[in-house]
Amino acid sequence: MDSLVEAFRLIITLDADLFEILWLSVRVSLVALFISAIIGLPLGTWLAIAQFPGRKFCILLLNALMGMPPVVVGLMVYLLLSRSGPLGWMGLLYTPTAMIIAQVVLITPIIAALSNQVIEHLHQEYSDTFYSMGVTGRRAVAAYLVDARYALTTCILAGFGRAIAEVGAVIIVGGNIDHLTRVMTTAIALETSKGNLTLALALGAILLTLSLLVNALVIGVREYAAKRQYA
Amino acid sequence: MKNLFIAATLALSTPSLADTIIVQSTTSTKNSGFYDYLLPMIKKDTGIQVNVVAVGTGQAIKNARRCDGDVLLVHAKEAEEKFVADGYGEYRQDLMYNDFVIIGPDTDPADVAGASDVIDALQRIEQAGAKFASRGDDSGTHKKERALWQEAGIDPVEGSGQWYLETGSGMGATLNTGVGLSAYVLTDRATWITFANKQDAVIAFEGDPTLFNQYGVIPVSAEKCPSVNREGAEIFARWLLSETGQATIVSYKVDGKQLFFPNAN
Repeated sequence: MDSLVEAFRLIITLDADLFEILWLSVRVSLVALFISAIIGLPLGTWLAIAQFPGRKFCILLLNALMGMPPVVVGLMVYLLLSRSGPLGWMGLLYTPTAMIIAQVVLITPIIAALSNQVIEHLHQEYSDTFYSMGVTGRRAVAAYLVDARYALTTCILAGFGRAIAEVGAVIIVGGNIDHLTRVMTTAIALETSKGNLTLALALGAILLTLSLLVNALVIGVREYAAKRQYA
Repeated sequence: MKNLFIAATLALSTPSLADTIIVQSTTSTKNSGFYDYLLPMIKKDTGIQVNVVAVGTGQAIKNARRCDGDVLLVHAKEAEEKFVADGYGEYRQDLMYNDFVIIGPDTDPADVAGASDVIDALQRIEQAGAKFASRGDDSGTHKKERALWQEAGIDPVEGSGQWYLETGSGMGATLNTGVGLSAYVLTDRATWITFANKQDAVIAFEGDPTLFNQYGVIPVSAEKCPSVNREGAEIFARWLLSETGQATIVSYKVDGKQLFFPNAN
């Protein structure tokens, strides 16, 4: 109960530090989501309709990558971006960009694998029609993406959920630096380690509320658009 | 495509300013709120924006070896001197000290309060079969703890998972575990004073001179790591070691208690 009171107090007083951290969480996760969707949606769709040896294995791999532990992704991106790593010259370690990169690696397989399943179902229905109309390749991918756009929002929301809730990867590559790379989840980890369990829980409640709002917004837009389309 | 990639990188990256440095640090100085107090003053005096990455001392030193920091602020003198001897540090200076304490449940099942020194305290814990939560993460505190067990002639790892619990986590997480399991924990005093989830745990043993805890500051070598902000690191270190810096360390208090004691020479 105390934690809820504390959460309300932070929100009502428009606590500047809180909003800075919240905004960074949202910014990092949304940019990562945007990039992952651009890569993951066409990839998942293409794998659903393309025919080449090893396709099944690619899909299997994609599904396995969904279970990749964030801390492993964090470690890989850390070694890549470290000053002594191959991309060290870019100076990206301990920046929001590093966090975005880690999250892209983490959620692209989720979006690709989930959209792959959605499109596979659709493909069973449409393949003959598309084939007779001569719609193949890139045009087919685009046509499927447009047609399945409402079902695909769930895939995107799953990616967002993973990104906004994840702590293992961003704490390694971001460093949880105050006013620079501190996000909600790393702030929760920090407060827990200070023994401020109430404050940590309050931050958790705020993060959950944020996630709820984003989901409500996306689902609301989807319902509205679907209604208009079929009205 | 390559241009797009570069444009995206530029758009997404935070500009790295010349007057920004990264400090690879032990956790106690961060969790105790010390940096929140110190860094605004450093910014005001020197214009340097200090970004702190707080991990255990062991990890901080490893990160600095990979050139991912401009300064080290840690507490494991032997490992620090090796870091400098290996050429990764420009130099090492004593900065400040405090001490370690053993915390435990207020019932004190192993009666460590009656121990003559810290070695005796650890022997009592082992003999009583009382739980002891260890960092188990190669941090400065963990290195100290292992040295103490060795001095006591005990190999606690034999009891790992029974009475000796290696959390493999930071100080705060280990304290949370220790408090939750009514275990004894070796911790630096600063982290304990500022720790907010004490429940029925208290300082069970303190005051042995062996529990001295020295913090050091080391600018990372520009020769080994050409990418470091050598100048910024030097200004930061000089400020900490200056009279102003040392006086600032004295003036940081939590609940009226001074957490760190300056001893730069």
